[in-house]
Amino acid sequence: MAIQFNLNGKPQAVDVNPNMPLLWVLRDTLGMTGTKFGCGMALCGACTVHINGESTRSCVTPVSSVAGKTITTIEGLSPDRSHPVQQAWIELDVPQCGYCQSGQIMSASALLTKHPQPTDAQIDESMAGNICRCGTYQRIRAAIHRAAQTHMAGATAPGSEFLPSAQNAAAGGAD
Amino acid sequence: MSIAATKLDRRSFLKTGVAGATGFVIGFYLPTHHEVLAAPPASVPPAALNAWIHIGTDDIVTIVIDKSEMGQGIMTGLSMLAAEELECDWKNVRTEFAPADKVYFNPIVGFQGTGASSSTRGSWEPMRKAGATAREMLVGAAAEKWGVDKLECRAENGAVIHAATNRRLTYGSLAESAAKLPVPKDVPLKDPKQYQIIGKPRKRLDTPDKVNGKAGFGIDARVPGMLYATVARSPVFGGKVATFDAAKAKAIPGVRNVVQISSGIAVVADNTWTAMEGRRALEINWDEGPNADVTSDGIRKLFADRAGQPGAVARKEGDAEAGLAGAAKKIEAVYEAPFLAHATMEPMNCTAHVRADGCEIWAPTQWQTSTQNTAAKIAGVPPESVLVHTTYLGGGFGRRGEQDFIRDAVEVSKAVAAPVKVTWSREDDMQHDFYRPASYCRFTVGLDADGWPVAWTNRIVCSSIFNRIFPGSVKNGIDRGGVEGCADIPYAIPNILVDYQLTETGIPVGLWRSVGYSQNGFFTESLIDEVAAAASKDPYELRRRLLASSPRHLGVLELAAQKAGWGKPLPGGRFRGIAVVSSHATYVAEVAEVSVNRSQGTVKVHRVVCAVDGGRITNPDTITAQMQSSIVFGLTAALKGAITIARGRVEQSNFNNYQMLRMDEMPVVEVHILETENPPGGIGEPAVPPIAPAVCNAIFAATGKRIRRLPIRAADFA
Repeated sequence: MAIQFNLNGKPQAVDVNPNMPLLWVLRDTLGMTGTKFGCGMALCGACTVHINGESTRSCVTPVSSVAGKTITTIEGLSPDRSHPVQQAWIELDVPQCGYCQSGQIMSASALLTKHPQPTDAQIDESMAGNICRCGTYQRIRAAIHRAAQTHMAGATAPGSEFLPSAQNAAAGGAD
Repeated sequence: MSIAATKLDRRSFLKTGVAGATGFVIGFYLPTHHEVLAAPPASVPPAALNAWIHIGTDDIVTIVIDKSEMGQGIMTGLSMLAAEELECDWKNVRTEFAPADKVYFNPIVGFQGTGASSSTRGSWEPMRKAGATAREMLVGAAAEKWGVDKLECRAENGAVIHAATNRRLTYGSLAESAAKLPVPKDVPLKDPKQYQIIGKPRKRLDTPDKVNGKAGFGIDARVPGMLYATVARSPVFGGKVATFDAAKAKAIPGVRNVVQISSGIAVVADNTWTAMEGRRALEINWDEGPNADVTSDGIRKLFADRAGQPGAVARKEGDAEAGLAGAAKKIEAVYEAPFLAHATMEPMNCTAHVRADGCEIWAPTQWQTSTQNTAAKIAGVPPESVLVHTTYLGGGFGRRGEQDFIRDAVEVSKAVAAPVKVTWSREDDMQHDFYRPASYCRFTVGLDADGWPVAWTNRIVCSSIFNRIFPGSVKNGIDRGGVEGCADIPYAIPNILVDYQLTETGIPVGLWRSVGYSQNGFFTESLIDEVAAAASKDPYELRRRLLASSPRHLGVLELAAQKAGWGKPLPGGRFRGIAVVSSHATYVAEVAEVSVNRSQGTVKVHRVVCAVDGGRITNPDTITAQMQSSIVFGLTAALKGAITIARGRVEQSNFNNYQMLRMDEMPVVEVHILETENPPGGIGEPAVPPIAPAVCNAIFAATGKRIRRLPIRAADFA
């Protein structure tokens, strides 16, 4: 029987083994490959998505457990890279290989929802579950602080989490 | 650069990249070698002005990237080199990864591949030439159109301008006719003083696709009709399948097939998870082979034994024996480093489609030529019939020059006659790697009455990386990967003897970011610190004096010390350590600020100051990023990294027992670039070696305890 949930703002039904982790449903069944496989044991954070707004490791989340829930993946964070976290990531050129960055961005955006002005200690706590083998941690920290400033700047506007972008860098855009 | 979207472009490009009909493609096999290849008419945009530069009627400039982008920023760097000379509009620059073709051979390594921190070094000349030659052809086409002398025309921001008549034609309108012109030879390149792009910070071209999940890694490949597979491999290195029973695996809904391949038993299914479930249900009896009793302790004993026997001489200066005999004081030390896994964030994977007439590969490969040849051999087709699509690489660090993951996919695709993606689990990836070799190094250093080193002897015991990778490359018992960083110590010491005991262990070893320097830099830069301590000299001042005739070492050493405030007071409980290592034609010095809690057995690295001289700079922001990245990589290894062996098996399996540095442990890293007019050096690796000794030397400053064995263990500084 099909399992139904809301995926990036749209209803979605999948007819798969209910034990299949959400990660593989996203990647293989639905072809949404932005969410990454890193460890399969919730140790690295590459597979992080939001389930009902909570940062969650999709590699250990059976798809049956998300029935009726709202899921946001990296593809659904914004339609146009305009989320303040994505903008900050672009401004500071955070990614290197980029493989972990979907998970980093999902963890960072969940952190900012909870703590719009996170301290370094809160960043440590929330981001320690996301491994970056390229060692981009310093830029991730700086980008979270920058995204927090963007949040604050737009705090008076409704729906400030999805601020229109001042620097909507297109692929191949110049600096 | 999504995989599906670029497929057709790459195909059409492959045609123009090989000798064929009419039109022109320029290829530079080697920096000194200038060759013109014929190609089909350039009637289909984008027009290929040469193997690296295509220009469409829409003015979009596509730069073909013949190196693998694994985080090091090479896609942006190579584009900058070409764009500098092409005089194009940077906003119109796009990139494509090159197919496998000999036109793209890396002049430093001799095949198409990315490694040895060679990309910018090897492409520095060819990419600028490609840009300059294409620009001259565009100028020539405009001059012909206008009927003027091309010397009256100039190229600027993606257009050719005839100032006298105020006329202007964009590159897009000229590309097709330009591609038909003869290829000019020896087009002069700019004086570096004229650079507009090279040497200035520029945003990475791949960032936008890496913040919304769009970047296509190997593991993201999707091909129509594709099946998913995973492989059960012998837990013991060198073991083989004795018998297996696939009945339970085949009974799982969605499992399509179970096939035996050279690396083990492959389960083929409708999705990755089902393939992994199927693999769990396999019943396999392994013939564990000759390595079933190998243990880390046994390897350590073997190394210690071999360290007692003379080895092949890697460096000999003066008479070390006599120097030691006449020394006022001697330091004897044994240093050890463990096996290390690469642990790229993207586990090994490959997608292959073997057909009767050829083979298509989608892979995060560092070595395209090897991938093409590997696939051709298995598929039974000529290499030219293998189309290699290089994807983004979710980390490389040397691991992805190996071809084991390519073989898996090609063998399975051939067996089931369908496109197949083989994905390794994290456990597969960690337990079936080609590890950074474990190493054992014995030193005896003699000091004169004033405390200056007069004799340095060093015996290295370590297995060979290159015997397997490049058979025949190990000559006179010396593997470069074993001795680099020891044989080339830069210090002015009159008597030096470095020898090497090539000792195999049964554990496969391979190239790991900075290769031999990764452990040998730790050994030698720790030992020179021991010399300073034994002589009661400041470790920075001692290095300065012994490097007096090595100006580039000295340059970064002094810059790092100055920026770190060497000799100035630190906040309570913090101590500094310093190290300097040159590798890959680049010089890096690092100062680590560390505090140690001896009762809790913890080390905290607060700050690392890094100074780098990599000669000419392409993108300073990339240099900064690569220094930070390498420091994290080396620090992770120093603090946590050890692959250990029991019963011929790797004991670690995932990130719970092979741990990575995380956000809460990240020091502040400051990078200072010393720009010099030397040729460009490597950037992706040279900052790895100095970090472990800088940290361990700081631990010595804090505790008086010398760390001689990595990773750093609490018992060693308690």
